[in-house]
Amino acid sequence: MAITFEHVGYTYQAGTPMATPALSDISFTVPDHGYLAIIGHTGSGKSTLIQQINALLKPTTGKITVDGFTITPQTTNADLKPLRRHVGMVFQFPESQLFEETIQRDIAFGPQNFGVSEAEANQRALEMLRTVGLDESFAKRSPFELSGGQMRRVAIAGVLAMQPKVLILDEPTAGLDPQGRLEMMTLFNRLHQEQGLTIILVTHQMEDVATYADEVAVMQAGKLLTCATPQEVFSDPAWVQSSDIAVPRAAKFAQRLGERGVKWDQLPLTADQLADQLVRQWPGTGAKHD
Amino acid sequence: MTNFIFGRYLPLNSIVHRLDPRSKLLLSFCYLIVVFLANSWLSYAILVGFTLAAILSSKISLGFFLKGLRPMLWLIAFTVVVQLLFSPAGGHVYFHWTILNITQAGLVNSGVIFIRFLLIIMMSTLLTLSTQPLDIATGLSSLMKPLRWVRIPVDTLAMMLAIALRFVPTLMDEATKIMNAQRARGVDFGEGGLIKQAKSFIPLMVPLFMSAFNRAEDLSTAMEARGYRDSEHRSQYRILTWQRRDTMTWLVFLMVVAAMLATRRW
Repeated sequence: MAITFEHVGYTYQAGTPMATPALSDISFTVPDHGYLAIIGHTGSGKSTLIQQINALLKPTTGKITVDGFTITPQTTNADLKPLRRHVGMVFQFPESQLFEETIQRDIAFGPQNFGVSEAEANQRALEMLRTVGLDESFAKRSPFELSGGQMRRVAIAGVLAMQPKVLILDEPTAGLDPQGRLEMMTLFNRLHQEQGLTIILVTHQMEDVATYADEVAVMQAGKLLTCATPQEVFSDPAWVQSSDIAVPRAAKFAQRLGERGVKWDQLPLTADQLADQLVRQWPGTGAKHD
Repeated sequence: MTNFIFGRYLPLNSIVHRLDPRSKLLLSFCYLIVVFLANSWLSYAILVGFTLAAILSSKISLGFFLKGLRPMLWLIAFTVVVQLLFSPAGGHVYFHWTILNITQAGLVNSGVIFIRFLLIIMMSTLLTLSTQPLDIATGLSSLMKPLRWVRIPVDTLAMMLAIALRFVPTLMDEATKIMNAQRARGVDFGEGGLIKQAKSFIPLMVPLFMSAFNRAEDLSTAMEARGYRDSEHRSQYRILTWQRRDTMTWLVFLMVVAAMLATRRW
């Protein structure tokens, strides 16, 4: 599903003395099957931005199009259910949304709300448990006796069970250990590759941006600074410096090498790209690597 | 959640905001008694005038107070209607059906109830809109100090109150967050029949309680790690001092009370 923002603005508590503008004049497009990363400092409007996509917050100005659905300030709640069915949303620390007695029932909760029969929802729940790397022995257990990382997986399974076409992820790996983080990101990438899910990822991990995203949107103080490929965004040291964003570690390393005379065809952003280019520059050294 | 005005602080700089919270608490309490003492139309007119003056001097727009009334609307309407239909006979009877009577006395009674409700809600809304929750807690504990003599743990109660108030916005945020997560999973809050609506709150309340208990546990650990003990006498960061404006406000209030008493039917 393609997503288009046209001059979207949002103000919290509009029309009261506490009104605070959070987004202004945001325009961008995510193509169908795209993978967009959104980066920016805390309070730059990332979370506000993604909540516009399934209309948990409705724009105060402008227009959002998600496939056939149009969200404007006038859109009413009744029109939104079919949209929310297709836009899955994984909030920060999603484990706090668990409430059912068993894990299976919690995962089946979403699909049932959207009219899927109980039997099918339960079937999907078992499938999704496997998808997120847990097995069926978990199905009848209480979600509250799991570890934090396992609860996170169950919560994500609960969103995936709705079979959304767009998956919005708000810092899905925050607080996970490195292994869990890698597994999680690999899972999302697999869903993107195999099932063609459009993915929108809010993150502070520049390595993830470089590894997975097709495009990256940079937010600052409620404005969209740029929306371009990670290569374009990270390759301009002056711009990166002035807009105060971090650079992937491999890219930083490559830049330091560049300062000492190493020439790059294209700035490597990930450790793999870095290794490949180094091997190409010094033939013979890579034999053992492969 | 954002429509919920009653119990929310609106930061502005006005004389009402700057009054000592103890003043405001005691005034609100006395006002409650005064409202029930008034009984003639003129005495109510004086109180309405006083309330409007207080609202105007707080610089908070009247619209906020009207919004604050909205959640109480059904309660007011219910009381007024009951008062109207079931009042004892008296004066002219306008309408009669089995046990239901609309009489002149009933009309007057329901009018009085309506005004009382309005005045009390307006004034308590003014108190909470113009006073930070923490100041209310400090004021309350300062007013409760004499209770120490009868061995009531005032400091501990004040600490509990302050913590409870401190976590209201945190829990509200948490509730909004959980509601959003469940709405994204297809829950419609506040739609459908009564049973459906009540059911839709389970996915909100269970996680909210879980997180409140976890928070309470973390907080108590953090407090104990920093040496908190409830038996200790505690000093305070905010020290309340009585100002000239407090004295002035009380003088105005006493004059209003005198005027009300003079115009009331004895």
